[in-house]
Amino acid sequence: MSDQLLVSTRKGLFTVVRKSKRWDITKADFLGDNVTLTLTDPRDGRHYAALDHGHFGVKVHRSTAKGWEEIAVPVYPPKPEGLEENDMWGRPLAWTTARIWALAAGGADEPGVLWCGTLPGGLFRSTDHGQSWNIVRSLWDHPKRKQWMGGGADLPGIHSIIVDQRSSKRVWIAVSTGGIWLTEDSGASWVQRGEGMRADHVPPELTNDPIAQDVHCLVQCPSSPNRMWVQHHNGIFVSSDEGRTFTEIKDVDPSVFGFPVVVHPREPDTAWFAPEIKDEKRIPVGGRLVVTRTRDGAKTFETLTKGLPQSHAYDVVYRHAFAIDETGDRLAFGSTTGGLWVSEDQGDSWSGVSHTLPPVYAVRFG
Amino acid sequence: MPKVVFTPNLQRHVECPETTAAGGTVGEVLANVFASNPQARSYVLDDQGALRRHMSIFVDGQLIHDRARLSDAVGETSSVYVFQALSGG
Repeated sequence: MSDQLLVSTRKGLFTVVRKSKRWDITKADFLGDNVTLTLTDPRDGRHYAALDHGHFGVKVHRSTAKGWEEIAVPVYPPKPEGLEENDMWGRPLAWTTARIWALAAGGADEPGVLWCGTLPGGLFRSTDHGQSWNIVRSLWDHPKRKQWMGGGADLPGIHSIIVDQRSSKRVWIAVSTGGIWLTEDSGASWVQRGEGMRADHVPPELTNDPIAQDVHCLVQCPSSPNRMWVQHHNGIFVSSDEGRTFTEIKDVDPSVFGFPVVVHPREPDTAWFAPEIKDEKRIPVGGRLVVTRTRDGAKTFETLTKGLPQSHAYDVVYRHAFAIDETGDRLAFGSTTGGLWVSEDQGDSWSGVSHTLPPVYAVRFG
Repeated sequence: MPKVVFTPNLQRHVECPETTAAGGTVGEVLANVFASNPQARSYVLDDQGALRRHMSIFVDGQLIHDRARLSDAVGETSSVYVFQALSGG
């Protein structure tokens, strides 16, 4: 049972702690700075925070007994002289970290290993708790990587990284846009996964191509790894064969569009979503903030509203801003309009922690 | 030796006091500054060693031309100002 949340926002990192059945903000770090993501390493309890200082670039900090320390940031290798590689807009592609969009701890058998996904599409691996990083060349040099495109940003980016609980050599990543990729040898080689997903923002000949898919978020049930859930630009997809093939889930009230998805750690058929009107608007349907939950593998969905604003709510929940704890009972999410809600009963009811935070980019237990 | 001044806004993240450093180009001068203050480098230059997109450098009041290789000439008595390109509004 986790009693602590780390909430990354446009103007700082907020620690939220449960005490006497109340969740309160107890600490603000990096106040005024853009904190985009955190990772709590379950193997040693260390926290990592990604910051974006705009003019001054992206940085990574790590918690110590004395507070935060700045550590190495993933750096792209020198772009070869004369190499002409343009982005989808025809501009020269800058081989430089534009954003840290995913952080994940390696397996229990490889202490110190961290994975980091970035814009413009580089995946990095550290073997020393983030003291240094190496780009995964096999993926960066993969000819198909150049077919990745921007989704919500101008540049493609890796936003989801999943390390297989059974074998830490197996790692899935998801790209917006570029679909789902799997390595089974710690990153030495990669294969595309994700047949069955459908993209309707590309021409018909690309609609079903796994590389054209705008996956917003990919999760895997830790205790039943064959089950994967995707919140996609086009809707909700579910897999029962660890991402080889997906089935589209349609007609979920009030919408199948959204950014995050979380799955119960031991119940593969139970997952939660934060629905919105599709991409042309990106606001809750009817101004009512709701969470949808399925307990039967997407055969049916419930719309959860208790404790959430049901009038003139325009909260958007970003892909990293929805979290579940290791018990599967506690959930939390934050919004672009500074709302933060926690549930202790799997989403049946929610309590608001704050409605006045800066825009929330990420929420994590631990 | 050329004088080097960094934007006050950078001081909040990493200490960059006014200093002097040898060099005949912007790149050479900055390399010498960062040799003794390595943490500051990534705040000013990107992964490829080019000037970050929203940073600017002035040599004796003139905006530099070569943002990628930093080859603009610096004189023995020049002032090099490393600033933000946009006020931020």
